[in-house]
Amino acid sequence: MRKDDTLIFSVPPVVREWASAGGKKESEGPLAASFDLLFSDASFGCGKWEKAESMLQQKCIACCLQKAGLDPDQVEMAFGGDLQAQCTASNYTMRALGAPYAGLYGACSTMAEGLALAACFAAAGYAKQALAFTSSHFCAAERQFRTPLDYGGKRTTTAQWTATAAGACLLSPGGAGVPVRSVTFGRVQDYEVHDINNMGAAMMPAAVSTLCHHFAATGTRPEDYDAIFTGDLGRVGTGLLHEQMQREGYPLENHQDCGCLLYDLDSQQVQAGGSGAGCSAAVLCTLVLPRLQEGRWRRVLFLSTGALMSQTTYLQGESIPGIAHAVELAAPGTVTREE
Amino acid sequence: MKLDPKRYAEMTRKATPHSPVMKDCLWAFFVGGAICLLGEGLRQFWLQWFDAEVAGTLTSISLIFLSAAATVTGLYQKLGARAGAGTLVPITGFANSVVSPAVEFKAEGWVTGVGAKIFIIAGPVIAFGTLASWVWGILYWVSGKV
Repeated sequence: MRKDDTLIFSVPPVVREWASAGGKKESEGPLAASFDLLFSDASFGCGKWEKAESMLQQKCIACCLQKAGLDPDQVEMAFGGDLQAQCTASNYTMRALGAPYAGLYGACSTMAEGLALAACFAAAGYAKQALAFTSSHFCAAERQFRTPLDYGGKRTTTAQWTATAAGACLLSPGGAGVPVRSVTFGRVQDYEVHDINNMGAAMMPAAVSTLCHHFAATGTRPEDYDAIFTGDLGRVGTGLLHEQMQREGYPLENHQDCGCLLYDLDSQQVQAGGSGAGCSAAVLCTLVLPRLQEGRWRRVLFLSTGALMSQTTYLQGESIPGIAHAVELAAPGTVTREE
Repeated sequence: MKLDPKRYAEMTRKATPHSPVMKDCLWAFFVGGAICLLGEGLRQFWLQWFDAEVAGTLTSISLIFLSAAATVTGLYQKLGARAGAGTLVPITGFANSVVSPAVEFKAEGWVTGVGAKIFIIAGPVIAFGTLASWVWGILYWVSGKV
């Protein structure tokens, strides 16, 4: 059923299995113990960061499929993307996996975007095994968007640290797993932020827009959820989000930001927090889904936010548009099916 | 949404944390100063065998070599992340800005990678430095004629 920008599933599909992979800095962060895979050498010895990111994805997906007891050829549809130009990390991953694939570019919003699309496919019965995955790699992102890794530059206080991480979720129309109650696809928002070192501020209006659309469509309020997650607004964006949501009439008491959870902001030198498509993917697969599965939370709203500029549009003086997609998740057994 | 770009710019400005200016300045002062002190030490070293002009050139070459070595081992980046202008301004910063893309883009080949990208950071300094020297040269020439 569609209400405004939200699709509410009468028969909720489930996230039946998931996996996460991270690099060295992630292995030193607060969520380290919950990762399925951690690699102290995220170059995998290949000397090419783009290839390394694809290898990170492949290992993460292999882990997810292994947990689900599936062979790669049993995946009926895959939605994935990454930050590399032309999404090459995902394309090369899918070259190896071989399943039908729709490549996505939602920048750091890719996890929620892929999860939402896979949920739609699973709910409609178009795929019994739908895969959603994404990743980011600090080294591949730095050389594409900023400066060479060995360049001795100073980061601003609003800059965020691109996570070296991947997340993969396998969705099915039903059965055991974490149900997806609804998804809200975001609208692009641009409030004329030009500072490429302040992604949190650039993406915050998109998060507000999607949250407000979701609450209005579902008739819920923030307090109806055990937790509301946004994907990588960081410390600066989070402060702005709270301020604006208060103004919109939805004060957020139970909100956490993935960019502030993946790292210890005070000791890990990540300035305003984590970012990158892999950041919210990793938090989803290490924290959000496990806690729902355990029944510690009953209802969670998960958003990923993305900044949709390129290095070229930024240099040409364009402002930074943002987008946010939301996925409403529930604990197993808490959702009644409206057959 | 109860928000407009002008108001949002003001909100963002207020929400942006300030850099720790004093700490940053102290780092820049002491690291930058240490690099200059090292340069002077190297100059005195070379002066044992060469005259002042040659010793000065050898000092620059030595600093560039040391900076390149510190860049490829990742040390310069770690220092630069704290010292900022302290590592950027001396000649070692210029060397770092040339060596770091050379290392980074080796994966794309010697010609299309290293050759094409080596001046990706230092290029504007060279281009506008040369242009500025032209302008200054013409002004100098004109002032001599008047």
